[in-house]
Amino acid sequence: MGIRERLSGNEAVAYAMKQINPDVMGAYPITPSTEIPQYFSAYVDNGEVDTEFIAVESEHSAMSTCIGAQAAGARAISATSSCGLCYMTEMLYVAASDRLPITLAVSCRALSGPININNDHSDAMGVRDTGWLMLFAENNQEAYDNYLQAMRIGEAVSLPIMICQDGFITSHAIENIELVETEKVKEFVGKYEPQHFLLKKDEPMSVGAYATSVYYMEAKRQQAQAMIDAKEVIKKVGAEFGKITGRTYGLIETYEMEDAEEAILIIGSSAGTAKEAIQELRAQNKKVGLIKIRSFRPFPSEEIAEALKHVKAFAAMDKDDSFNAHCGPIYAETCAALYAAGIHEPKGINYIYGLGGRDVRVESIQHVFAELEKIVQTGDTGETYRYLEVRE
Amino acid sequence: MSQLAKDMTPSITWKEMTMGCNIYEGGTSEMVETGDWRTNKPVLDWDKCKQCLLCAPVCPDLSIPVGKDGKREDFNYFFCKGCGICANVCPFGAITMVKDEK
Amino acid sequence: MKDIVEIRWHGRGGQGAKTASLLLADAAFNTGKYVQGFPEYGPERMGAPITAYNRISSERITVHSNIYEPDYVVVVDETLLSAVNVTAGLKKGGAIVINSHKTPEEVRPLLKGYEGKVCTIDAGKISEEELGKNFPNTPMLAAIVKVSGVVEEQEFIKDMEGSFQHKFASKPQMIDGNMRALKRSMKEVQIG
Repeated sequence: MGIRERLSGNEAVAYAMKQINPDVMGAYPITPSTEIPQYFSAYVDNGEVDTEFIAVESEHSAMSTCIGAQAAGARAISATSSCGLCYMTEMLYVAASDRLPITLAVSCRALSGPININNDHSDAMGVRDTGWLMLFAENNQEAYDNYLQAMRIGEAVSLPIMICQDGFITSHAIENIELVETEKVKEFVGKYEPQHFLLKKDEPMSVGAYATSVYYMEAKRQQAQAMIDAKEVIKKVGAEFGKITGRTYGLIETYEMEDAEEAILIIGSSAGTAKEAIQELRAQNKKVGLIKIRSFRPFPSEEIAEALKHVKAFAAMDKDDSFNAHCGPIYAETCAALYAAGIHEPKGINYIYGLGGRDVRVESIQHVFAELEKIVQTGDTGETYRYLEVRE
Repeated sequence: MSQLAKDMTPSITWKEMTMGCNIYEGGTSEMVETGDWRTNKPVLDWDKCKQCLLCAPVCPDLSIPVGKDGKREDFNYFFCKGCGICANVCPFGAITMVKDEK
Repeated sequence: MKDIVEIRWHGRGGQGAKTASLLLADAAFNTGKYVQGFPEYGPERMGAPITAYNRISSERITVHSNIYEPDYVVVVDETLLSAVNVTAGLKKGGAIVINSHKTPEEVRPLLKGYEGKVCTIDAGKISEEELGKNFPNTPMLAAIVKVSGVVEEQEFIKDMEGSFQHKFASKPQMIDGNMRALKRSMKEVQIG
């Protein structure tokens, strides 16, 4: 049985880092992820871990540090948010294409402007095509659990992995959590033993090659395969984690979906609020359900299509906007998943919601279900690109 | 899966390539024949050469080998790109650039 | 969720309302509850009005939103009464606890017609007398525990003693002062 504790999401992630005791952390502070390197540097200072903590001058350097360290054969980690993640972007591509399984904790926050420090997913969604694996947490427990699974997943497919949670909403909220004993964590995570690394004495190697057009596309196709392969790995590691903790994870979590006629797809902390909304609606005999996307990269297209195939209407909830005059990324990918699976029956709408920390209440989610009910009754989908609870 | 530079040929498939196009050996530039980029080639007039060695250090491709006896040897045409810097620095007109007939 | 207590804290940046909400979460956690303790973040400025929240339940809590219809409201700084609508959404069956030297009857007219329980506690005075400084946190925490019963009183006292011993291991005089402030507050809070 785990250890009963109460921690904020940031504390929980820092604690997971401490239990894992990685080799190198390169980090630069930015709200709301600042506490993660702050707590972790205290562990370093107290000698509770033997990690090399490298305080750098920017997020670009933080990720460059991780790339160098991981290529050298070390386990490297960082943490960031918002424009810090943007500033890292160039190096995120390098990390993924050099196939370095770095682990990055992200406490998601809005981007400027207007300047805003609160939560939405604009930062993470902005780097969704960098080739990183991306797991999202609903609460502090999942942020912690996802972090403990991150290295197993990333290292199995040689891809870097982002462990995302909602800035402030979970990163700064104290909630109950069940921690895993450190010995069990160490056994579960295991040692990092790459086949090739820069500091391997008897095998010189090059990292970060130039590839002409003759080779570049093959390199990318191979990288794409790693992302495809990651789907099975995430499920396998999630099942194994369930065996030691009782908390099993997959690519998505379905809630009250068995007979659901109306469903929402959502990522992050608002999934918990949606569960409460669904409980209340179920008490009124409404057939409503939830699909929580845990893994956004790889995108669980088959699983989502399967979960949605019998619903009459769904709303994909995007906590950022693609500003394409059309829809947000979750809606776009969900529709593509349904189309690819040959499923055309469910009517789907998109809600842009919760931007810049706009509070998402139980009533907010119930409003979405009320709109879905209207669509089912009238057969008229209406505008698909909608903003939730914006003042008109 | 190949680990060596010699196997990274233009016909390699994505399944056969190393991750990130990494190469697991050192000094692989020695395998690349930059000599075939050449249109003009330097020719040394041994009679005019005073072995002053001004040419060897300016060669960008290390194509002017210097022997243990401290004297320069003939050009290494496997790497020489025919840039002509050596001919330009030679104070004695001992190096002439001629059209490279292959 | 049937069995859930929701509390909203009003204070000013730097006064420790957030810390108080986290301490209450700790105390409830230590008696076996599921808890949430979280502040509403903005650009933090010393002295600006801030809000913090608690949810306390014997069941797992999944909601991640602010609290709009609290069972209890705690006002750490009396001067907020004119600046902030502190009773907004406050349930009639609940209560508001205000840091003030006034009586509940004197404060009630400032509360925009709120009909529920109004409680006052002179946390500033207690803190000055027992700790020599104005740290209203401990007395406010004790008062809300007394008024709400969200944590059993004896368990609360025992738990706080333990955490003070831990927190002030190098300043033992602070342990007794805090414990006196805590017990006095539970006795002196006026419920009207």
